[in-house]
Amino acid sequence: MKTTMKLMATTCLTLSATLAVADGHMADEMTIVSWGGAYSSSQENAYHIPYAEMTGVTIINDESSAEAVAKLRAMNEAGNVTWDVVDVVASDAIRLCDEGLALEIDFDEQLAPGDDGSTATEDFGDLLVSDCFIPQIVYSTTFGYRTDLVGDTAPTDVCAIFDTETYPGMRSLEKRPINNMEWALLCDGVAKGDVYDVLETEEGQAQAFAKLDTIKDSVIWWSAGADTPQLLADGEVVMGSTYNGRLFSLIEEQDQPVAMLWDAQVFDLDGWIIPAGLTPEREARALDYVRFATDTQRLADQSKYIAYGPARASSAPLVGQHATLGIDMAPHMPTDPANATNTFLYNYTWWADYRDDLDAKFQVWLSQ
Amino acid sequence: MTLVLAADGRPLKASLNRALRRQKLRALMLIAPLLVFILVSFVMPIADMLFRSVENEIVVETLPRTVATLDGWDSDSGHPPDEDVFTALYFDMVLATEYKTHTRLGSRLNYEMTGVSSLFRKSGRGVGRFDTDTYTDAFQAADPAYADPAQWAAWMADDTVRAALPMTANTYDAWAAMIIEAEEDVPAEEVPWDFVFTSLYLEVIDGAEPPVALDLSGVPLVNLRDQFANVDKDWLDPEVWQTIKIYSPEYTNGYFLNSVDRFKGVEGAEVRPENEQIYITLFIRTMIMSGSIMGMCVLLGYPIAWLLANLPARKANLLMILVLLPFWTSLLVRTSAWKVLLQQQGVINDTLVWYHSTWFGQLLDPVFMGLLNICYAFVNVITWVWNVLNGIWGGTDGLYMEWAVAGFERLALINNQTGTVIAMTHILLPFMILPLFSVMKTIPVSYLRAAKSLGATNWTAFWRVYFPQSVPGIGAGCILVFILSIGYYITPELVGGTKGVFISNRIAYHISSSLNWGLAAALGTILLVIVMGLYWMYDKIVGIDNVKLGG
Repeated sequence: MKTTMKLMATTCLTLSATLAVADGHMADEMTIVSWGGAYSSSQENAYHIPYAEMTGVTIINDESSAEAVAKLRAMNEAGNVTWDVVDVVASDAIRLCDEGLALEIDFDEQLAPGDDGSTATEDFGDLLVSDCFIPQIVYSTTFGYRTDLVGDTAPTDVCAIFDTETYPGMRSLEKRPINNMEWALLCDGVAKGDVYDVLETEEGQAQAFAKLDTIKDSVIWWSAGADTPQLLADGEVVMGSTYNGRLFSLIEEQDQPVAMLWDAQVFDLDGWIIPAGLTPEREARALDYVRFATDTQRLADQSKYIAYGPARASSAPLVGQHATLGIDMAPHMPTDPANATNTFLYNYTWWADYRDDLDAKFQVWLSQ
Repeated sequence: MTLVLAADGRPLKASLNRALRRQKLRALMLIAPLLVFILVSFVMPIADMLFRSVENEIVVETLPRTVATLDGWDSDSGHPPDEDVFTALYFDMVLATEYKTHTRLGSRLNYEMTGVSSLFRKSGRGVGRFDTDTYTDAFQAADPAYADPAQWAAWMADDTVRAALPMTANTYDAWAAMIIEAEEDVPAEEVPWDFVFTSLYLEVIDGAEPPVALDLSGVPLVNLRDQFANVDKDWLDPEVWQTIKIYSPEYTNGYFLNSVDRFKGVEGAEVRPENEQIYITLFIRTMIMSGSIMGMCVLLGYPIAWLLANLPARKANLLMILVLLPFWTSLLVRTSAWKVLLQQQGVINDTLVWYHSTWFGQLLDPVFMGLLNICYAFVNVITWVWNVLNGIWGGTDGLYMEWAVAGFERLALINNQTGTVIAMTHILLPFMILPLFSVMKTIPVSYLRAAKSLGATNWTAFWRVYFPQSVPGIGAGCILVFILSIGYYITPELVGGTKGVFISNRIAYHISSSLNWGLAAALGTILLVIVMGLYWMYDKIVGIDNVKLGG
């Protein structure tokens, strides 16, 4: 009798504890997924901490953005989406939107207007590449080089990568065709506006591979953003491509003898998507967070912690100094006019079509 | 031979079986929970995942009418299909766009033919702006009943109307289902969309009886093929339609063909061009490298296991801890440590350079050069044999081990196959040492002593008496190491460079980046079949009973 009472009491207590539902129309807890490292800390400082202070919401951080697409598809098939807001690059966002795994956003209604009076659509402009994707930062894949290993003349344009006579030594390039093919064609004499038309043809692809063949033996291929900074610091490579924020951290925070080669940098976007299939309370909370985190001041705040440009035009004049180093961030932004003389914007629609095919060919070429 | 009978007159054999049956049932009941658990949590999910390698229901579910009408189109004709296929495509596309499944299908077909994903994406936006609203306007102008949702609902509930206008009934039903599911509205309160009126128009001009008679002579036909071509001229490309037709069946062998460097063409399996062939090379390379890793583990692990088994307990325990310690460190930390050691500017190369600059280094260099050259020659012989075999099979060359340059240059020990073999051997060594150790521990010491007392030399005693008894441990360790190393993808990704990657790297890429789960499942199935085949072969040659993980 006593045992039965105890069991019943425990069961009741456990049940009531688990049934304690957050009341109100928005959830009290949210899981935000990002990439980890310095990027995640910049988001925490600029977005999560102010938002948690403002609303009292508990924010759980996850660092699985690298596998976000596969995991969201698996979650969706299992009918159990545990993430509320996910930080993905634009190409992943387009894929997620195509698969119906991300929520479509009405930009003018659900995002804050710009501080300069523009609507959200005007403020973000061309960077709204998908109906489901809210851009957050503009980052670029660009080159860094060892100032002490390149000899007397510092490289000024991207074709220095292919010039093994003036700049002997190893290079490091990303282990995928995106960006490498464009740079190869650019340095093989193709005009910048024709690069994608040429790449559509078999001969164009062969031309790009032939150009890459000239340096293939001196390339170390990287798959993680942290590889090239490590290789540069070790002296394993003379020049290498990676994300500009990593190079900023290498040069300014870690004082390595490395300099930036901004020519032909390729802009890419990183931003938020909200997974489809959330309950109304969680969706309301996610939309509320995103509205706060992508307004003009917040995007400018993030640039205090990391060298990535805010996606809104109205945020650019608000970019200030680094939070700990005290240096001006504007000259280190990929969008700064001094750095952005010759840029590519990742051609999302083109690569969405050609990525599977060219990646297969690239892997074959790599293994030969 | 006379039948042996039990006490109650039944045959002894039957009686015995009956008695044993109860015991077998009891044993089955005991393991039933575990069996069910393993089936549900392990076998079924894996089977479900591997089944994706043949699943292709997405095409017929997203474009059911198009697939049905495509049957009548000849893929070899060189022309795009007729208007009836485009009509079916129009109906299917409008519905799929509302359900937001058209882009998913576009991505799936893009794996087979480049450009289809943007084709479907553009068409999804384009079908909403077709000129078929002329039909709607014409019907509604002719008779206001056509603009009354309740009237439509009444017609579609009437069997005579449905029998007279089957296609319209079908499109109306599909539209109603879509309104309920995607728009969460009530069909009886909405006027049907343009595509329903399109199907009504097409049936009426074919001679069917409309619910309210009207004159359609002044309404021009909207050519849907032209409408689609205006959105994107790729709709007139026969290759697009060939791809859709080839991938219409619910179950396809296309993924398996892709994973052995073929593709599913109009006439069946066709070989891919040279610059797209990668999987067979990777399979062979994975097998060979896993074999070498297995061999290195045996060579390095056997002496360590011997020491562990034959030293006094205290020293053995200390050594055991040293063996297990790296096992407990994170995999990524171990792999990154190898990067630091093996790099061009890494510890090993720096030490060698320093060594070359000392006086004893200068003295011993010719000796080592000679040794290195012998190794190099040996590897070259193997390479030559391999290339000859390759010539017979017609496979790709470049599979031989890359060797470090025998000279005073810095050795290239990483970002190639050497790096993968070294790092993976280090990581998988405990899996070889532990089974060997547990088997060696059970070999009685007296056997060796007896062999020596009977006059055997140290080597003979070891080779003829001790080694055969440790073979089960070698078998267990080899199986473990081989199967584990085939599936590894993290270490080859980090230290393998371009030539040291495994098939599992491609499987991981298709799962996480390109989302081509069908191809990943096909590659995984092939890998599983190869491993099971090797296991079966091992059983035939060595015997599975000869594998022991302990006493």
